[in-house]
Amino acid sequence: MDSFSLLLQGLETALQPMILLYALVGVVLGTAVGVLPGIGPALTVALLLPVTYGLDPAGSLIMFAGIYYGGMYGGSTTSILLNTPGESASIVTAIEGNQMARQGRGGPALATAAIGSFVAGLIATLLLAFLAPQVVKLALSLGPREYFALMVLAFVTVSATFGDSTLRGLTSLFIGLALACVGIDGLTGASRLTFGVPQLMDGIETTTLAVALFAIGEALGVAAMTGPADRLHRISGRVTMTVQDWKRSWKAWLRGTFIGFPIGSMPAGGADVASFLSYAAERKLTKHPEEFGHGAIEGVAGPEAANNAAAAGTLVPLLTLGLPTTATAAIMLAGFQQFGLQPGPLLFITNAELVWGLIASLLIANVMLVVLNLPLIGLWIKLLSIPRPWLYGGILLFATLGTIGVNPSPVELGMLILFGLMGYGMRLYGYPVAPVVVGLILGPMAEQQLRRALSIAQGDWLTLVSTPVSAILLTVSALLIVVPLVLRLMGRGKVLAAVAGDSD
Amino acid sequence: MTKGFVPERRPRGAAFIIAAGLAGLAVLLLWDAAGLKQDGGYAGVGPADVPRMIAYGLLILSVGTVIAGIKGDLPRPPRQAPAPVFWILGGLGAQLALLHVLGFVLSGAILFGCTARGFGQKPLWRGLLIGLGLALVIYGVFDRLLRLNLPGGPLEHLIFGG
Repeated sequence: MDSFSLLLQGLETALQPMILLYALVGVVLGTAVGVLPGIGPALTVALLLPVTYGLDPAGSLIMFAGIYYGGMYGGSTTSILLNTPGESASIVTAIEGNQMARQGRGGPALATAAIGSFVAGLIATLLLAFLAPQVVKLALSLGPREYFALMVLAFVTVSATFGDSTLRGLTSLFIGLALACVGIDGLTGASRLTFGVPQLMDGIETTTLAVALFAIGEALGVAAMTGPADRLHRISGRVTMTVQDWKRSWKAWLRGTFIGFPIGSMPAGGADVASFLSYAAERKLTKHPEEFGHGAIEGVAGPEAANNAAAAGTLVPLLTLGLPTTATAAIMLAGFQQFGLQPGPLLFITNAELVWGLIASLLIANVMLVVLNLPLIGLWIKLLSIPRPWLYGGILLFATLGTIGVNPSPVELGMLILFGLMGYGMRLYGYPVAPVVVGLILGPMAEQQLRRALSIAQGDWLTLVSTPVSAILLTVSALLIVVPLVLRLMGRGKVLAAVAGDSD
Repeated sequence: MTKGFVPERRPRGAAFIIAAGLAGLAVLLLWDAAGLKQDGGYAGVGPADVPRMIAYGLLILSVGTVIAGIKGDLPRPPRQAPAPVFWILGGLGAQLALLHVLGFVLSGAILFGCTARGFGQKPLWRGLLIGLGLALVIYGVFDRLLRLNLPGGPLEHLIFGG
């Protein structure tokens, strides 16, 4: 069957009232957390994992995807009005968007962000639908060594390529990999690093680690910061764009989409990278270079389209290969595993209805989101007036709720505090936290593939580079570590530092 | 958000502490791996080998951190106010200690109050009251409606019954 009829079948699933409700809850939550500074989609999905344990798998996963998309929409609002990115992929939006808001053009900035997100989300989701089956066909021919090479590539791109230091990125990754060793070894049953503590047998909970790093580490960091907070710019006037705005936006939307989707779908970093590249492209191509830095609408339209397209793109490796390339995708993978589903080529065969329902739901979620973010924008802005003490008090209460819900033991809460302190320290010294989470989830999978590949080859390590695919992937990984090192040594590191992603 | 640090060209003590921590973690991995049965099977790679490789990686990164520290390549954190950190950690610690004594709602209210206090909300009792209200709602929704198992205490028994 071709993608088109599969997608139509998916729409049938997606239009069931319960599924629509899950999607709606997802996009509302996603927009809310996108708008609120301090919580992003990765944290929200992590918090909801324990809550959805007893719910419908398809519905829950659709909700998670809705949160991911919604976060990309909502983040722009905070960037534009507060100059504090609501989530990491909106950092670039803050540059031009906040300038527009200062000049009283906040309305058009919000509009071009929302419509751009819609256009990009729509095109990218369709691309996802048509690309995924092709990747699945390819994926079926991949063996353990190719999977291992793919995971190494994902490790490298998540930790070392972008950001301001290869050393610190890799350090974060290896901390995650070390934490991933805790628990029972999947192949032999040996218990590693458990020190006789029974709670450690199951390994370190993804929820606990993610919540500690993202929520507690962030709260500590924000609380300890000395200095004035950013001022909220009220939007004056209407949320409509002039003809001139439309003319300048639409090309930027399309360019953003076609920059964002490939970046997201290759294991090449997440939405933050895409939005930065789109900004750079718009800056080069613009007919109004004098406006850049002072509120150029293209600088909002492009990156916002790019980060949504990248979010959709991220789902390609996640669904077809089981390969998460961002922290949010990594936690969504944990969500699949919670329901006993393993994303990968087989998922398209064994759970075709679920996968296509999920993809179709994304199309519907996109429509919901543009409604939520244009006519109802005023409601979301109200969220920004919640005083910070209440906001962070609430975030920490929910953060501990997630952990207590999984396992109300002092050991688990102790780990939460410990990792929270670690997250605070990492933030302080510029260590990215996303690689820790990706390392924790992807580490055991990479280890299994490695040992499986070596088993097949009777312990011959050369097997890892004996097919063209795995050899190329490993070479690219090595280059991706070496090239940024060289660039930084040559004093060209600024470009890479600017693409530094912080969390999602 | 940890952005916009200016690297300072002088040795940084923090780098050595971080490096020591990484090396310590590596030693822990190696020590644990030494106690595992080597059971490589056909692969020749058993449960102890991957932790060993990660440990070697951590050792290399630890050396790298020392070098970066000597060159002063580590970002200098902005000035930190310690009091809020202690308020929040105190709240988390109190919740950990009191969760099974007081139940989710009361210990959650303490956490909320302390966090709000850490973010500059005074007086403390107002944060505690708001936290109490929020924690009650959360308990009602998640424990009763969504059947998440949250530990109850005297207050939960009083309001929601057994």
